[in-house]
Amino acid sequence: MSRPLLELRNVSMSFGGMRVNDDISFSIGKGERVALIGPNGAGKTTLVNVISGDLTPSQGAVHLAGVDVTALPISDRVDAGLIRTFQITRLFKSLTVAQNVALAVMQRKGLTRSMFSCPMDRPDVRREWERALGTLGIAHLADRQVSQLAYGQQRLLDLAIGLALEPKVLLLDEPAAGVPSEESSKIIEAIDRLPSDIAVLMIEHDMDLVFKFARRVLVLANGKLIFQGDPAEVTHHQEVRRAYLGSYADARHAS
Amino acid sequence: MTDRAMVDGVSPPRFSVPLELRAVAITLALGVLGYTLFPDDLAFLTRLISITLLVLSLDLVTGYCGVATLGHAAIYGVSAYVVGNACLAGHSDPLLLLLVGAVAGAVMGLVSGVLVTRFKGLPQLVLSIAVGQLVAALANKLSSLTGGSDGLSGISPGRVFGVYAFDMYGRTGYVFSVAVLMVVFVVLLRIVHSPFGLLCQAIKDDSLRARMIGARVYPRLVLMYGVSGVVGGIGGALNAINTGVVGLDSIGFERSAEALVMLVLGGAGSLWGALIGSIVFQVFEHYVSAANPFHWMTMVGALLIAVVLFAPKGLVSLGGLLAGRTASVMRRRP
Amino acid sequence: MAWTGLSIGLDALSYGMVLFIISIGLSIMMGLMRVVNLAHGAFAMIGGYLASFALKNAGYPLAIVLAVLGTIAIAFPLEFLLYRRIYRKSDELTQILLTIGIAFVIIGVANYILGPTTKSIPLPPLLSGPVDLGFRMIPAHRIFVTICGVCTAGLLWLLIDRTEFGIRLRAAVDNGDMAESLGIKTQILFSATFALAVGLAAFGGVVGAELLPVEPFYALRYMVTFLVVVSVGGAGSIPGAVAASILLGLADTTGKYLAPEYGEFFFYLAVILVVFLFPNGLLGRRH
Repeated sequence: MSRPLLELRNVSMSFGGMRVNDDISFSIGKGERVALIGPNGAGKTTLVNVISGDLTPSQGAVHLAGVDVTALPISDRVDAGLIRTFQITRLFKSLTVAQNVALAVMQRKGLTRSMFSCPMDRPDVRREWERALGTLGIAHLADRQVSQLAYGQQRLLDLAIGLALEPKVLLLDEPAAGVPSEESSKIIEAIDRLPSDIAVLMIEHDMDLVFKFARRVLVLANGKLIFQGDPAEVTHHQEVRRAYLGSYADARHAS
Repeated sequence: MTDRAMVDGVSPPRFSVPLELRAVAITLALGVLGYTLFPDDLAFLTRLISITLLVLSLDLVTGYCGVATLGHAAIYGVSAYVVGNACLAGHSDPLLLLLVGAVAGAVMGLVSGVLVTRFKGLPQLVLSIAVGQLVAALANKLSSLTGGSDGLSGISPGRVFGVYAFDMYGRTGYVFSVAVLMVVFVVLLRIVHSPFGLLCQAIKDDSLRARMIGARVYPRLVLMYGVSGVVGGIGGALNAINTGVVGLDSIGFERSAEALVMLVLGGAGSLWGALIGSIVFQVFEHYVSAANPFHWMTMVGALLIAVVLFAPKGLVSLGGLLAGRTASVMRRRP
Repeated sequence: MAWTGLSIGLDALSYGMVLFIISIGLSIMMGLMRVVNLAHGAFAMIGGYLASFALKNAGYPLAIVLAVLGTIAIAFPLEFLLYRRIYRKSDELTQILLTIGIAFVIIGVANYILGPTTKSIPLPPLLSGPVDLGFRMIPAHRIFVTICGVCTAGLLWLLIDRTEFGIRLRAAVDNGDMAESLGIKTQILFSATFALAVGLAAFGGVVGAELLPVEPFYALRYMVTFLVVVSVGGAGSIPGAVAASILLGLADTTGKYLAPEYGEFFFYLAVILVVFLFPNGLLGRRH
């Protein structure tokens, strides 16, 4: 078996006395599509924050392509290809749509030290940010200010920034939540078309999307990883049903 | 289909020459206008330009990086003193003195940046004030270098390019200052539109998100502080070169606070805002504060409150609204 | 040498207590409303001015009460019209600009109405004489100020730790939204806290007038020091503010004793070091 791209070893995260993540271990390999589900307050976003480096775990280690990155700052993880999107869109509101994505491209190419040149319009840079915008169908908004975008469009842009960074491991925090169906289908399409060799971990509430997207499901409840395995099995798993799925699983069975 | 949308939607390359040419044209026009309006008071105008450079310098850290500072005059004052001393020591070539000021400013900027950008919020504000006050206290103490409360006087720069002497009417000083402002402004326009400048704005908007695209936030901010220091240093150098005197007022808290007022009046986060703010404020001050300095303070206070309440993005946003409308009309035209 | 040390200590303590009385209101406002109020010093100054007026016709204790109430009355319209807009939400730059604008207006008006001279706040005979401590004569006023500081700290602690108001205050500091959903009217709480903060500033302005003389530029001259106290102590922390006030009083007094020609150099050097090492304050909490 090839080395996993992302691996968590016994990760725990506490705030004060509260254990939000409790002894979590799993790994994701090249090309895998994994969904992370669980009821509200299960600790999913905290876990993503730990993986991305926004939080340092109280215990345990995060490995990226075999390298222990637990102590590394966020930026080093990004350089290594660990990219995330945000549940609440966080965009650069003083910049235009194109600049938001171009900045990500230029940062990846190490061009943001440049003070006097304008590589944003250099063909190789331009091609990349245009492609990222095009993939999500928002190329026509390139010159808009971020504040002029509708919520759904902002989510598309958020994902476009993620794509422009050429992730090896992509963490998607509820990419389609609260997004009108027109945009959410674009998001799903874009996720479908992600390069097949990258590993994707997606937090999602929409079970239809989870079943469509994931070949493996992780279930988090009360900070613990209570299930990981085939999506088809998740609805049959007793503990999961008790903790989370409840009515949904029953409804699915009935139909 | 997507390809076509891309072709249609994306504008021609930005930051092309016209923006910079426009900046050159506008600064030149302002220079000529100033000369026409105040032919007998060029000393006022050169002072105005020197302070404008301080405000531009402040804009780089406050407007473009979101750093709230009340100690920026330290950069300006220290360079003015260094330049004054360099000139008294016999290095009187004005261009060399500008360079000296820029280097001194850069050093001060980097030091301030290391201290001030480390934290956000209250510690940041307090550190910025403390750095400013520390430098001011030191300037007061080291009277052999600064002249203490009497100021450092007798600075007489040599001829520009060895040809144009600084005359008593201030004509040379004025032309020299306008030229310096023009060059600095054009270079800054480039810098704020460069990837580095964009990244700083991104950090201001959301520093966590900036980290998540791989940015090293602290070093970037320190570097921008260094650039800001160069600009503030050039401003301080112009002050020393043109007035021949450097006083404690050029380094103190009031100077820092006043620069912030000018910046916000014009519009932080826009170089044009910094330019407009410092011109409007100082011309206004020239007339009103001479009449009654205490009413002046009340008016500045009221003005600040009004700007915060009614025009939080400054005067430039009012102009920007108009320009934006024109631009969108232009775009729609086939 | 030891006596010099004790002398410095006593001066530092009384100076520190004045700083504490004035700064604690600023600290509480910053802790609860997250407002950097650069007009806080101006309110202390207004207190001083009002007391100097009141003393023409009233005794010292009554003058203090009138000054405190008068300052609150003057400040309240500002709370209603301006401060409410910036509680908890706006960015620092907005807060700095708005409140420094208020300070400028107050300075300008004070200067226009009262002139640039220092206003005296004559002490009652009991406090104006010296007291013999055996090794040194010390102005009775300094002892009085120290007692005022200790009482202020004690009463505030009681207020915040033991009363219903204090419970609500702490709940709102910890989690504003939660407090709101529990039915705590945060707007009223904010207004009450604002009045408390302004009242404390005025009180400190009056009793501290011997050490920080009342004149129009008072509003900004000492504002920096008050801010520093809050930052070093940690916003919203009473013990932190006490510790910071005494520490900074010590740094300032020692500096002036030992190296007067350096002015406030050592004071600000100490500030830079402490803030850099303890960005959340000596006893502050992380937000």
